[in-house]
Amino acid sequence: MARNVKLRIWRGDSKDGGLKDVTVEANEGEVVLDVIHRVQATQMGDLAVRWNCKAGKCGSCSMEINGKPRLACMTQVASFGDDETITVTPLRAFPVIKDLVTDVSFNYKKAMEVPAYEHPKNLAPGEARMEQIDVERSQEFRKCIECFLCQDVCHVVRDHEENKKSFAGPRFFIRIAELDMHPLDMLKNRKKTAQEEHGLGMCNITKCCTEVCPEHIKITDNAIIPMKERVADIKYDPVRWLGTKIRKREGL
Amino acid sequence: MSGVFSPTRAKIDKRTLRTDKWWLEPLLTFSVLISFVIYATFRAFENDNYFVKDSHLISPFYSPCLSEACEPGATILGFTPVSAQIFNFALSPALIILIFPLGFRMTCYYYRKAYYRSFWLSPPACGVAEPHEKYTGETRFPLLFQNAHRWFFYAGLVLNVILTYDAVIAFRNAEGEWGHMSVGSIVLTVSAAMLWLYSLSCHTCRHTIGGRLKHFSKHPVRYKLWSKISVLNAKHQQFAWYSLIAVAFADIYVRQVATGAWTNFYFF
Repeated sequence: MARNVKLRIWRGDSKDGGLKDVTVEANEGEVVLDVIHRVQATQMGDLAVRWNCKAGKCGSCSMEINGKPRLACMTQVASFGDDETITVTPLRAFPVIKDLVTDVSFNYKKAMEVPAYEHPKNLAPGEARMEQIDVERSQEFRKCIECFLCQDVCHVVRDHEENKKSFAGPRFFIRIAELDMHPLDMLKNRKKTAQEEHGLGMCNITKCCTEVCPEHIKITDNAIIPMKERVADIKYDPVRWLGTKIRKREGL
Repeated sequence: MSGVFSPTRAKIDKRTLRTDKWWLEPLLTFSVLISFVIYATFRAFENDNYFVKDSHLISPFYSPCLSEACEPGATILGFTPVSAQIFNFALSPALIILIFPLGFRMTCYYYRKAYYRSFWLSPPACGVAEPHEKYTGETRFPLLFQNAHRWFFYAGLVLNVILTYDAVIAFRNAEGEWGHMSVGSIVLTVSAAMLWLYSLSCHTCRHTIGGRLKHFSKHPVRYKLWSKISVLNAKHQQFAWYSLIAVAFADIYVRQVATGAWTNFYFF
């Protein structure tokens, strides 16, 4: 059954902007992206919104709904009360371009800074083999749809613009963890660079990235904390460090 | 202006637009933790009412009792390597050992989340701007010290063994005969069990058991153990709270019995 929904949509650009009130019809089962599209079609023809799959798999329609970073296509209108106003804003950690669209290029720059997988030199293409239990570990991280909600909610950059230079963010910590846990990756010093170049030590594990992940990746427990422990192995544990000098241990 | 008020970001003058009760969880966490800290500080300095001779109950705050000032019977086989006084100041036996459980909890990955949010407001909740101008995380002293978590974990395991021993010897009656069970023996057993669950579910434990490996397939036994620890690890937050409450209650119980306010009831 259709009902009227009160929306407050942020409109503007990098110079100025504000929240605009609008009332729009919502049908049963619709998501916030549906009603934004209806506003765009009927009342705000020039409203900018980024979207693509409408199935929670492309990561395009990331925005903040009642102050929480969420995918608009996965947020049911029915999850809000009948009298509740739904406030929709662009991601607040990134520069705004127009209305609900932000410039997320920060993330692509950070992606380029993470060294790629390095294949063993003694294995020709097609010869590499992995056991399923080794594959499973990194498969969780491969579920990432790059919606950048974790990057948006992370207070290290959200609340401190100046940290963007030295902090890769949770999305790229799972990438680094995935590679560091890869049995065949030959690149050395991933742990060291995670700490010294990608800013792993700046994370204070408050788990907001895990809370907002639409793919339910356990970013903190399965990637960031294991990486912090691996960094402790090589930088803050003299016994482990000595062990690596006496005999070559796995995992460095 | 930094953070969400930076010049290039959407012009929104509020620190958060969240409409739920985001402040409730940090407030509750703060209230419970500060209550525990106040009570534990009082008990650590009280230096009394930590041992019930007839029921063989010792408070987990005072075990192992390593001071020459310990009550007879509260020590482990009479082992008291620490002087009763330091610089003419009477040293409570609790102060000798509490640094280890305190350090374990202070550097625990769960408690870090809890107190960074509720005490330091960094951030108070997800999507709520923090009040600090600068932020360097755990890259500098003193927070760099969080990386010492594993050493407190190892010390915590030793304490768990001792507290388990305390629970076992509490299954005796006033005459020292085995096979008797009181409310106190249950309280100490639950406390020790919760501490084991808290330690075994710890992220450092998970890492040590198998998390640091690159090849699970080359280490099937460690992989199996890692899988089991991972199940516990998912409940680490719960075990952190359960163990805190269980230890605090064990201390309260021993204190109440020691002062005579409560009677330690024997089932058999």
